[in-house]
Amino acid sequence: MGIDPVVLFFVFGLLAGLLKSELKLPPALYETLSIVLLLAIGLHGGVELAEQASPALLGQSLLVLALGVLLPVLAFGLLRGLRFDRVNAAAVAAHYGSVSAGTFAVVVAYLAAREIFFESYMPLFVAILEIPAILVGILLAKGISQDTDWKELGREIFLGKSIMLLLGGLLIGAIAGKEAIKPLEPLYTSMFKPVLAFFLLEMGLIASGQLGSLKRYGLKLAAFAVIMPLVGALVGAMLARFMGLSLGGTAMLATLAASASYIAVPAAMRLAVPQANPSLSLTASLGITFPFNILIGIPLYLAMAEQLIAWGL
Amino acid sequence: MNAHKRTLLTVICEAALEHKLVSDLQTLGAPGWTLSDARGSGSRGVRSAEWNTDGNIRLEVICGRELAERIAAHLQARYYEHFAMVCYLAEVDVLRPEKF
Repeated sequence: MGIDPVVLFFVFGLLAGLLKSELKLPPALYETLSIVLLLAIGLHGGVELAEQASPALLGQSLLVLALGVLLPVLAFGLLRGLRFDRVNAAAVAAHYGSVSAGTFAVVVAYLAAREIFFESYMPLFVAILEIPAILVGILLAKGISQDTDWKELGREIFLGKSIMLLLGGLLIGAIAGKEAIKPLEPLYTSMFKPVLAFFLLEMGLIASGQLGSLKRYGLKLAAFAVIMPLVGALVGAMLARFMGLSLGGTAMLATLAASASYIAVPAAMRLAVPQANPSLSLTASLGITFPFNILIGIPLYLAMAEQLIAWGL
Repeated sequence: MNAHKRTLLTVICEAALEHKLVSDLQTLGAPGWTLSDARGSGSRGVRSAEWNTDGNIRLEVICGRELAERIAAHLQARYYEHFAMVCYLAEVDVLRPEKF
């Protein structure tokens, strides 16, 4: 199978940005595309979920929640080992414990193109994984401290854009059911890839902008931004095997664990831990980890899932 | 023209602060304000507003001198240390003083 064209769109955006081209998409378009993607992912998950809900899902959700607590702690340890100061290590760790819905959209398209089955309730795990890392990151940065405005932060975290869209889509899909949703189906069938292509073009442009600031932070940050996704993917894949997920589900949970947030967490951390340098986190997650996962990571995590299953894990 | 002196307080800062600033203004009793998106460059580097967290806002409040100074002092104490923010006061002429 050749290279997926949506990935080529990403490379195109990356190159155009690095060449300092005049090419720019209007910010409102990026917003629109990400809203359509998140709703489509949610709807699809909801429709399938209504068909195959099971009580085992509750236990699995708790395990995924635990993964969301473990990942930022691992990332924090790794960053401290690389001699980042505590506050910045905690802020970056929060980004890596959380997930990137953009990366998730790519792995959905990647598996669908190869006709690999994956569990329909994965979007639920995306929503679950967004939350704990932010809280763990804040605790790592300042302990249980007096001056955190938990009310405002709670609103920011639990009612954030991507969580609302995913959960809203899931609910609408689950309530409407497969038959009623038919007219909207193109959202996650024929329309999904074109939207994803434009979205990735913009992501390429944005990522290239972040790469510029990499020189300032050097090799340590770059090393972390490549090592952490690999560590996360392994942990995520092992957990998926323990949960008895399918091949596609394993690759997907590995990808989720490998991905780093660049929307929800930066906004929350900026307010909760203002001492941390925000461009450190964004350079790592957008400039390195996102491209790494899109170009190399996802095929690698699928191969890893196949290998784990072949070993009978 | 029957003009009256009031103070214009302009704040330019990170978009992340928008909710906090608006609730601060409400608490401090500002009579009204105008918010707009902004981009530019300063001691914290180019803030091009190309990306969510890179966004900036410009907040303008017209009010009495004493209140404007109180808001400015509050902003300085709370946000200057960790956030990209500038704020300045200017004297302006308004036509309807009862509004401000």
